[in-house]
Amino acid sequence: MAVTEPKIETGHGNVVAESPGLQGFLNERDYEALVKCVHCGLCLNECPTYRANGLEPDSPRGRLYLIRAVSEGTLPVSDEVVDHLQLCLVCRACETACPSNVQFGQVMEAARHEILTHHSSRARKVLSWLFFRQLFPHPQRLKRIGQVLRLYQKSPFPRLMAWVLGRHLLPKKLERLALMEQMAPQLSARFFEPATERAPAQGERRYTVGMISGCIMPLAFAETNEATVRVLTANGCDVILPRTQRCCGALAAHSGDGDASADLARANIEAFEAFGFDNLDSIIINAAGCGAQLKNYGHVLQDDPRYAERAARFAAKVEDVSEFLARVGLTAPMGEVSRSVTYQDACHLVHGQKIRAQPRELLLSIPGLDLVEMRDASRCCGSAGIYNIVHPQMSMDVLDAKMENVLATGTDCVVAGNPGCLLQFNLGLKQRGHQPRAVHLVDLLDESIQKGVAAGREQ
Amino acid sequence: MPSGQPGRWGRGRLNGAAILPPPLVGELQAIVGKDHVLWRHDELRSYEYDGSIDVGHPEAVVLVGSRDEVVEVVKLAQRYGKPVVPRGAGTGLSGGAVLSHGGIAVGFSRLRRILEIDEQNQRAVCEPGVVNLDLTKATTPLGLYYAPDPSSQGACTLGGNVAENSGGAHCLAYGVTTNHVLGLELVLADGSVVNVGGQAVDVPGYDLTGLVVGSEGTFAIVTKITVRLMRIQEGVRTLLATFDTIDDASRATSSIVAAGIIPAALEMMDGLTIQALQRAGHKGLPSGAQAVLLVELEGMPEGLSESTAAVQDILLQCGAAEIRTAETADERDRLWKARKGALGALGQIKPNYYLQDGVIPRTRLLEVLRTVTEVSERYGLPIANVFHAGDGNIHPCIVFDQRVPGETEKVVAAGGDILRKCVELGGTLSGEHGIGLEKQAYMTWIFSPVDIAAMLAAKRAFDPQGLLNPGKIFPKDTPAP
Ligand SMILES: Cc1cc2nc3c(=O)[nH]c(=O)nc-3n(C[C@H](O)[C@H](O)[C@H](O)COP(=O)(O)OP(=O)(O)OC[C@H]3O[C@@H](n4cnc5c(N)ncnc54)[C@H](O)[C@@H]3O)c2cc1C
Ligand code: SF4
Ligand code: SF4
Repeated sequence: MAVTEPKIETGHGNVVAESPGLQGFLNERDYEALVKCVHCGLCLNECPTYRANGLEPDSPRGRLYLIRAVSEGTLPVSDEVVDHLQLCLVCRACETACPSNVQFGQVMEAARHEILTHHSSRARKVLSWLFFRQLFPHPQRLKRIGQVLRLYQKSPFPRLMAWVLGRHLLPKKLERLALMEQMAPQLSARFFEPATERAPAQGERRYTVGMISGCIMPLAFAETNEATVRVLTANGCDVILPRTQRCCGALAAHSGDGDASADLARANIEAFEAFGFDNLDSIIINAAGCGAQLKNYGHVLQDDPRYAERAARFAAKVEDVSEFLARVGLTAPMGEVSRSVTYQDACHLVHGQKIRAQPRELLLSIPGLDLVEMRDASRCCGSAGIYNIVHPQMSMDVLDAKMENVLATGTDCVVAGNPGCLLQFNLGLKQRGHQPRAVHLVDLLDESIQKGVAAGREQ
Repeated sequence: MPSGQPGRWGRGRLNGAAILPPPLVGELQAIVGKDHVLWRHDELRSYEYDGSIDVGHPEAVVLVGSRDEVVEVVKLAQRYGKPVVPRGAGTGLSGGAVLSHGGIAVGFSRLRRILEIDEQNQRAVCEPGVVNLDLTKATTPLGLYYAPDPSSQGACTLGGNVAENSGGAHCLAYGVTTNHVLGLELVLADGSVVNVGGQAVDVPGYDLTGLVVGSEGTFAIVTKITVRLMRIQEGVRTLLATFDTIDDASRATSSIVAAGIIPAALEMMDGLTIQALQRAGHKGLPSGAQAVLLVELEGMPEGLSESTAAVQDILLQCGAAEIRTAETADERDRLWKARKGALGALGQIKPNYYLQDGVIPRTRLLEVLRTVTEVSERYGLPIANVFHAGDGNIHPCIVFDQRVPGETEKVVAAGGDILRKCVELGGTLSGEHGIGLEKQAYMTWIFSPVDIAAMLAAKRAFDPQGLLNPGKIFPKDTPAP
């Protein structure tokens, strides 16, 4: 019988070997965050990828263990290791579950940064450069791409593609491409481009707030951005929308391009500084993923002496739109929206920012609205930025589990606070023959307020 | 073991040569499918550990998708003469799921369906990979729950619970796993499938269920579990009492039990544990306390107020500086979340823990805790205490850093000293975590050669070739079955 030699013979079984400590790959700070993991395993059952395939290396504990082995030099950065790390959704559900408060997101971003810079193929690097440096940071380029895509989406091609896909006429490789096409967002009819940098409050001004418009939101959810401005102004806010603001850098950071994300952070800080931080009661964002990143600017720029302090001040001002509205209270008149909905906790709201109660509170304040909770509302839907494009299979497995819980509520109207989730849910609904009815919380608030205002006018 | 420098290796390639899966792996893939077998060295690194301080490398990992696949895998292992080690969630604390002798790890993470919930008869039939807490979540709407609640219940599996005969905070009143398992479906070492136990607590013939529960995966592989469900109690009170010394807290524990009150749970956490929890961001714990007792009482509303008052009196008499009562379900959840997260939170103090599981007669609590303090000072190692005080099951947890040269050996020695004291005081080695690799060397302290021979005879009857989880429980020099 083949017998593996135990490492230390103590008579107490095979006690873990002495660890050589940090040898590279991570810096000291991220490594110290990593070793807070005592491999207790309490995070396993909350991890969507582990739940989907049951593999330890696709669990938070497994990933941290691999990263630790790599940074201690006892494991090479092999393709297998990279694959398991890349399959992580960075949904951070493990952070909520972890009793030791391991900052998983921070560690994973650091590991991916290392992988991208030192262990990636040329093609990957070019792709990353293209997306995170040449595309997302530039609103005008996004707008132009949007125009082209919009033409395509209006053409008969997408429907033809769906037909072909439905009949499995394509070879496997192409089928994957086609699936990607199906996942591409349905673009808004226009690009969100506010006419002025200041939208004035309706009635008495209670607050002055900045608003981040995002990079995907203006393209795919221009209406939601417009609704956000309307809801804020209707509730007594002057809304400042600096023209020079850029993408928040979350997508770049998650993929490991920390430098690109730091550049974007600096640009945004300057954009809002121009209006004076002290004049702003809050800096508002309606996309969960961006919110978590914006609140993290202090960390992103901690080593930049010129920006560290400004970044911390900026971050302290950032609030998710639901967080802000629940804090200050709604004052606008609200009309009835008789609909039953279910609420999905976007990962970067619930795990990234610990926001759970506020959106529900706001939903319940809408007259006539019925909130039906689904099981495991705080589990990821599998969207995760560009994850669903890079790992379509896992993304669909995670979505399948999610849709089961959604549809079990008897409603197909899903409310979520993040554009990626909305796209993913709309895909899930379409695949199952439902109308794509995923909406943002502010869309519903906006509808209610518009009705409330109209009713007030009639009286 | 190749411990390569970080560099770039090709997929399944080592220095340019394609690594082909060994024949064993090929056959495993044929049984469960390619996606459910791991065999490349790098990926297997993440299967070398469990929740303990032991490590061992498997040759392959298979995630089985059905009982029949288990049967095929066992037959294959027999043909190759390879050890088979079942694995649940790998939260075990005695190295039970660690492959100390190589072989095949059989993972149950895909077999996680609750097959049947029989509300009328308060029973559930589950696959072994069902996570303990998921069963309770699924039955809560029916007013039922699964009583044994290890602190790891959010992650550990019923299969692991059965193998370790796990306990939990609420086992003081309701008993451990074996009191809640009615029947099992087993795959034996020769690949045959048997059903033991049944639908009722007492069945005719040998109680093989009782024998297999707690056998740490060395007798048979569990493929289906029938458990008893309990009705959720109407009333519950949760108290948190703060003490200035751990002695006072120990005295309070003994006094409560001596007064004839059996709380549903009676848990202790010491100052170091509280510190760790606070560092990890848990709120609502008293700062600076040297010890807290978490006491939970359950029952009908009338009797409950009475027993709560009695417990409060005792706590105050024993010197409790403060008693808080959880007013809302949220507050209660928060207290339990802290208690259940206590072990993990120690990561905020040091990156490793070595957890002891000794049992002592409740009346000797004071003495043994003094020994723990003394051992901690002697070795210069911090030790946190967080445990089921009510049933005398102590969990001194030595925190350390495997990066410090020589520290690991010191830790093992310190743990041994504590366990020896437990045995001297008339206690035993393990309350609920099993013997596994961790405590096999100490078995001779409490068992005579004849005792061990009797156990070995049982092992031989189940597994004559010694393929199921070999190298566990029995002292190292025990002749292989
Ligand atoms: C933070 C923390 C807190 C804990 N708290 C407690 C506690 O309060 N009480 C307690 O009792 N334990 C506790 N434990 C220990 C551990 O969680 C339990 O022993 C648990 O039952 C292990 O379950 P698992 O699924 O992780 O099993 P694993 O660790 O994977 O395996 C444990 C043993 O079970 C065997 N096994 C697994 N599945 C099967 C199967 N299907 N058939 C046959 N054998 C099988 C394995 O071979 C192994 O020997 C704790 C652990 C941690 C990390
Ligand atoms: S990440 Fe946290 S919960 Fe998960 S294994 Fe590590 S310490 Fe435990
Ligand atoms: S971030 Fe999400 S997918 Fe990644 S390890 Fe944590 S729980 Fe799993």
